[in-house]
Amino acid sequence: MRHARALATARETGIFLAFVLVLVVTTTKNPAFLFSNDGFRDLLLTPATLILIAVGEAIVIITRNVDLSVGSTIGLTAYLTGYLFKTAPDIPWPVVILISILFGGLLGLVNGALVAFAKVPSLVITLGTLYAFRGINVLWTGSNRINASDMPRGFLALGTAKLWVIPVITIIAAVVLIAAAWYLRNTRGGRELYAIGSDPDAANLYGLRVTRRILLAFITSGALAGLAGVLYTARYGTVDSQAGYGLELQAVGAAVIGGVAIFGGSGSVWGAAIGAVLLVTINRALPVLGIQDFWQQAVVGLLIIAAIILDRVLALRTEKRLTVLTGEQA
Amino acid sequence: MTAMSPDPSTPVPASARAFRDFAHPLWRRILVTREAAIIGLLAVVLVVASAAVPHFGAPITFTFLLQDMAPVLLISLPMTMVIITGEIDLSVASVMGLSSVAVGVLTQAHWPIAAAFAVALVVGLIAGAINGVLVTLVGLPSLAVTIGTLALFRGIAQGLLGTQAVTDFPQFWTHLATSNIPGTPIPAVTVLVVVLAIVFAVVLHFTPFGRGVYAIGLSSDAAAFSGVKIARTKFVLFMLSGLVSALAGIYYTLRFGSARGDNATGLELSVIAAVLLGGVSIFGGRGALHGVLAGVLLIGSLASALRLAGITSDVISVITGTLLVLSVVLTSFLAWLQRTRLSAGRKRRESRGSAAG
Repeated sequence: MRHARALATARETGIFLAFVLVLVVTTTKNPAFLFSNDGFRDLLLTPATLILIAVGEAIVIITRNVDLSVGSTIGLTAYLTGYLFKTAPDIPWPVVILISILFGGLLGLVNGALVAFAKVPSLVITLGTLYAFRGINVLWTGSNRINASDMPRGFLALGTAKLWVIPVITIIAAVVLIAAAWYLRNTRGGRELYAIGSDPDAANLYGLRVTRRILLAFITSGALAGLAGVLYTARYGTVDSQAGYGLELQAVGAAVIGGVAIFGGSGSVWGAAIGAVLLVTINRALPVLGIQDFWQQAVVGLLIIAAIILDRVLALRTEKRLTVLTGEQA
Repeated sequence: MTAMSPDPSTPVPASARAFRDFAHPLWRRILVTREAAIIGLLAVVLVVASAAVPHFGAPITFTFLLQDMAPVLLISLPMTMVIITGEIDLSVASVMGLSSVAVGVLTQAHWPIAAAFAVALVVGLIAGAINGVLVTLVGLPSLAVTIGTLALFRGIAQGLLGTQAVTDFPQFWTHLATSNIPGTPIPAVTVLVVVLAIVFAVVLHFTPFGRGVYAIGLSSDAAAFSGVKIARTKFVLFMLSGLVSALAGIYYTLRFGSARGDNATGLELSVIAAVLLGGVSIFGGRGALHGVLAGVLLIGSLASALRLAGITSDVISVITGTLLVLSVVLTSFLAWLQRTRLSAGRKRRESRGSAAG
């Protein structure tokens, strides 16, 4: 009973209901949106990349930081994946995937080290690396393009493979999501991330290893963006220098819509993931509903603003209830 | 982080250093500053580029440099003030797009061009007011709000025009936007930039309103107790940011003779990068307009010099990014250095004192 109530009043539930609403309305209008093979597959497949980076972004935001470089990280790792296939076809493809994820983690380490050691706000650092990573990517790629013919079959099959009816890419995203959610909720390291985000000074005085946790958060975000870059390559089969462009705002948007407070210390990766699914699904639903897809961004913007206003109202209500409670005790 | 600091061993971020250090002579206070460093770097870049890069010294380069940087120069003025209060406005480029589309749609509907400009400016004011209300009245963090309005305003702009572009503007205006002051290589838009820069510099550095802006950034509570109207100040700043962005949007439209929904996408990052490079602290409370203007011109002239030297535009984004990161990390490092030197000096004095006594 208590669990049921907690579930019903959770912030994530509201976003999930919004998602269900979008799904129901769109499916009534065009049943193929859900009840066709393609429709069902797209519903599960398209949000996968954004879920991965939204999970990473949520972990970083919970520590009261932000990672604006994820889009550029995806670009670099996606090209690295294709480049390795093209220039070193002897490396087995699972190893290539591993290399790309590690490379993403390395880029995350660059961000994390600058933020944690130089004590410089992450907004500035990752804005800088957003430029720098993308620039390196364009320099390296030029006008080249890696095509599907350069990649091994086994790897490309990953992009279309299914386990029963569920695309493998979606399963990968789901496994990452569950692991991250478990870590944040149940482990000491996860709780320390929340503590750092709630009050960095207090966390420091309490003796938490703030530097190390922040480093780990950024490495995780980078590595997840690396994984997203790999999956991007597997799914689309072509990579140019613009892969992942502008995704950082969608990742931050998904996290904020899902109830991750921009000033850290609260929210969950579940929320961020549902936010990501909602964003992607709305984008796909608009054309079905007869709204020109040029309006997509406006809807995304409205959603973000509505979500933060909602969070503010909920926070004020909780605060009021708490003051009433303490008043009664006194 | 000077001798006035109560405990030099506590780590305080470099940017917390807010007060002038009057322990040093005047020349040092003027020359050894972040702003002076950026202006010096700009001078070095200009001299080296004129000597080493063919055609960089040519008047036409200068003209294009100023024309290219005019929107960033314009928006960096209100952005500086917004960031000094500790807030941020990520929606500026989207407001530019929206004002561009407003001009385009109304021109298409055969409105007189002056009326279209007026509406575009009002649209900018309204956009700024929306940001302002959400930040001051509702009390939301400006980072989240303006990420939202960044998407919202851009979305409306793209929704209104789709993939169309409006290109038939009166020749008088498009000509004015690309013309020079007669007899000089200085583009006409420079007049607008200079006038606004003077207005903003006076407001920020020489009026009670401007001092309030710094006070808010240093300590909101202290500012409130000393009578600064925090909500009103921030609201005015967001409106100004919207208004100037709309103005920049009109200029952008006329210069390229084209109103499109995706005009100036991503320009907010260039503006913020330039402002931070120019010595404004992202924590608020610190920064000066001359540093910011030098920061914008530094990025612009580096880009232009590299382009003329045949290096592709991609290097420029690497350099912008690296400069931004280096500038903040260096400030942090120098502050740390000064702190350790000061505390070492104090320890030495103390041990000497105890030995004598």
